[in-house]
Amino acid sequence: MTAGNEHIGQAHRRGNALRHLAGRGRFVTDLALPRMLHAAFVRSPMARGRIAELDVSDAAAAPGVVRVFTAETLNKTCAPWTGTLEHFAGMKSAPQNILAEGAVLWAGHPVTMILAHSRAEAEDACELVLLDIEEEEAVVDGDAALLDGAAPASEGIDSNLCFRTVLETPGLDDAFASAAHVVEESFTFGRHTAVTLEPRAVIADFDPSTGQLTVHQGTQTPYQFQDVYARHFGLPESKVRVIAPDVGGSFGMKLHVYNEEMATVAASLTLGRPVRFVADRLESFVSDIHARDHRVTARMAVDAAGTILAMDVDDMTQIGAFSTYPRTSVAEGNQVIRLMGAPYRMPDYRGRLSVVFQNKVQTSQYRAVGHPIACAVTEALVDRAAEQLDLDPFEIRARNLVADDAYPHVSATGYQFEKLSHQTSLAKLRQLMDYDTLRSEQAELRRQGIYRGIGIAPFVEITNPGAAFYGVGGARISAQDGAVVRLTPGGDVQCAISVTEQGQGTETIIAQIVADQLGVTPDQVKVTTGDTDTTPSGGATWACRGAGIGGETALRAGRRLQAQILAIAGAVLQADPATLALAGGAVIDSGTGRERITLAEIGRIATYRPDTLPEGCDNSLSAVQHFAPTGYPFDFTNGIQASHVEVDIETGVTRLLKHWVVEDCGRIINPLLVDEQIRGGVVQGLGPAFFEECLYDDMGQMTNASLADYLVPMAGEMPDIEIAHVETPTLDTILGAKGVGEAGTAAAGAAAMNAVNDALRPLGARISQTPMTPLRILTALGHV
Amino acid sequence: MNIEIALTVNGETVRETVEPRTSLADLLRDRLRLTGTHLGCEMGSCGACLVMLDGAPVHACLVLAVQADGQKVETIEGLNESGHVSDLQAQFHDRNALQCGFCTNGMVMSAQALLSDNPRPSRAEIRDALSGNYCRCTGYEAIVDAIAATADRRAGIGETVE
Ligand code: FES
Ligand code: FES
Repeated sequence: MTAGNEHIGQAHRRGNALRHLAGRGRFVTDLALPRMLHAAFVRSPMARGRIAELDVSDAAAAPGVVRVFTAETLNKTCAPWTGTLEHFAGMKSAPQNILAEGAVLWAGHPVTMILAHSRAEAEDACELVLLDIEEEEAVVDGDAALLDGAAPASEGIDSNLCFRTVLETPGLDDAFASAAHVVEESFTFGRHTAVTLEPRAVIADFDPSTGQLTVHQGTQTPYQFQDVYARHFGLPESKVRVIAPDVGGSFGMKLHVYNEEMATVAASLTLGRPVRFVADRLESFVSDIHARDHRVTARMAVDAAGTILAMDVDDMTQIGAFSTYPRTSVAEGNQVIRLMGAPYRMPDYRGRLSVVFQNKVQTSQYRAVGHPIACAVTEALVDRAAEQLDLDPFEIRARNLVADDAYPHVSATGYQFEKLSHQTSLAKLRQLMDYDTLRSEQAELRRQGIYRGIGIAPFVEITNPGAAFYGVGGARISAQDGAVVRLTPGGDVQCAISVTEQGQGTETIIAQIVADQLGVTPDQVKVTTGDTDTTPSGGATWACRGAGIGGETALRAGRRLQAQILAIAGAVLQADPATLALAGGAVIDSGTGRERITLAEIGRIATYRPDTLPEGCDNSLSAVQHFAPTGYPFDFTNGIQASHVEVDIETGVTRLLKHWVVEDCGRIINPLLVDEQIRGGVVQGLGPAFFEECLYDDMGQMTNASLADYLVPMAGEMPDIEIAHVETPTLDTILGAKGVGEAGTAAAGAAAMNAVNDALRPLGARISQTPMTPLRILTALGHV
Repeated sequence: MNIEIALTVNGETVRETVEPRTSLADLLRDRLRLTGTHLGCEMGSCGACLVMLDGAPVHACLVLAVQADGQKVETIEGLNESGHVSDLQAQFHDRNALQCGFCTNGMVMSAQALLSDNPRPSRAEIRDALSGNYCRCTGYEAIVDAIAATADRRAGIGETVE
């Protein structure tokens, strides 16, 4: 007997938000342990060079300093790591270790670790380290890095090409030869970074008396780090506990392995006492992964009726001196070339990807991996084609989107779509934004010299990834999740689950799902996350899997416990469990709805009076369930976004007037939380479209590495965002939910770029570089 | 050379000896363990560290502890216990105007300061008042909604939420 769906689909408020509102958040940055030391790093000031001299004796003697580590004393504690995966055939990356050994490979590369009683003392001692580096020519530009004779960006590689791949359908050349129109463009997508408000933070606490290592770390993937620390430091997995308490934003950035975290663990293992590292904002900019950094040339073939025939794409992406570990820096580019043209029937395609080493901070997976690039390139070309054919942007998309009744569908790049709703979403968007009124208003304002633009961008989003994502490549990254659900002796419910919370509302939706399986309210379900000792192992939170995979895990665990409770109730009541159900905190008669026995009474009997149960009756009130996605390799979602902007053609400043999103993430578990994921995601897409960029000089120095110089989107610049939904549940799971965390970011920039170009169109100008800064817009207009 | 200071923090008198370079944020967080005041940039750009100093919001990362000598400091913990922002907190909760919660203390400080200066702000004025508060998670709209709803309720419009 299945319980009802009273709470799934409701806008339950987040219980854990109340702690934050009261100032009672518990972040790693808030934690202080007895005898804890504070770490600071001396970093390379140059992008490329050789350490000629390193003298730490003055630093070691400085007040408050307990220990100074260099590569010589620290790296031997750790097995090196290499950021390659087998399913990216031929990819390479040099092995890495904690501190720079001989060569320094980016400005910010840690060379020396200082441990002191306070961070201030550790920083003071950093000033006393004598570090002499012979500067070498840095590999800064990706295209130059690929030229014959270019120096390699790291040691142990023979060229700067990390990975290259080409996807091609047989009909590609014919499609271009027969096309009525071919549009083409070159794009540059700037490098930006996550800028989570809480910087990276870790406290490693090794107790030599028991051999237990506990790592408190602001991350979204505690199990992955448990595995990494156990393997690289030669510890039994059971002796490594990773706890991720409240995390002040992650967005993919905090799931990569960093030198500083490894150093912190190594130092605690060596010294046998807690060691804390919290990045300050300046070192965040030169050590947190950066994102994107693509140069794309692309062309699109269309026939005379505006049917998209093919795309031909070349993406060059620049990733720093090493590929990140353990997920690599190739996944982003791989998704860029596979997501091109994904919403459309387009039969033919060629995509070429070059992933290139250089002497900058590493780039890697950040919210919406690859999506914003593929979406912006595709949608810019669709708009160009529409312009050539004199078609309205809605019309050309209506002619090309995969029809809602044409599923399952396989894209030209090989992605399998179970069922999407592009056409319904397109129609819904048109209505939501009142498109026709906006167009007439735009025409009217143009006559007054006001340049407004409207841009739209359909998208697909990869969610609920199976093991095909990383596992097949040999990465120890779990595609499955696990949950333990139990009924307490008092009749409350607890759920310990492997998916994690960074404020998106994971714990709330898990409570809603479990509540519905057990006939209680979400308030009665206490959810525990983020601790490898107290929750089952699982993939946790990445690639939009929390709701779809974690939610399904919770649902199945809840049903398993439901069956156990009904079996006990059946024994107590001498009734067939099939005639019983759970509702209102009690076992009810499923036919009449009459209450038979409360959950509290079941808890009491099974815990304190199991002797009164019939012989052979299992009194277990805990259920364990793991779940790995099967069926489609990913559950794709879809949607469409629209942006309305006004460009001041005198100053080049763009004002964002409004943004709309129609989104289909399958079954919606909590509409309030879904909408806020979308809004936050949109703003993380608009930031890099207009403001965010890690700027480097020719020497490989980041020139705007502070929050005063690196522009993040602020409240005054961001538009209101209106959202509507279509619900196409996946049939791969009972729950039917897909992910939503990256949808906003996937297409916001694409819609915005189309909107800006729509505004500039009457002036004959066009922009194809992000961020679309005032200077770049003025340059496009020929004003500078 | 350490300096002795005395100040009132959330209504309690506090005596501490601090280095001249110690920021008010470090005093609050490290010494007094009032960890609801957060640090996001330590250069006055993000607003995560806002506290009330004699009733006006200041960046605790920029103010030195010695500058707070003899003054009254209120942190999110104090505002929470006093009940003065309970309506703002309720609207933030209802509107889900926070995700990770790291910016929330600063948002509440800015909102409280805005509403005491301008009890009926427009949405644009609210967005403007948050010009020093960075939030990476929410996209701001829910925060603007929560502040607008609080202003309405304080003016007797709309229903209060618990
Ligand atoms: S920490 Fe004070 S403004 Fe950012
Ligand atoms: S809620 Fe995370 S920074 Fe605002």
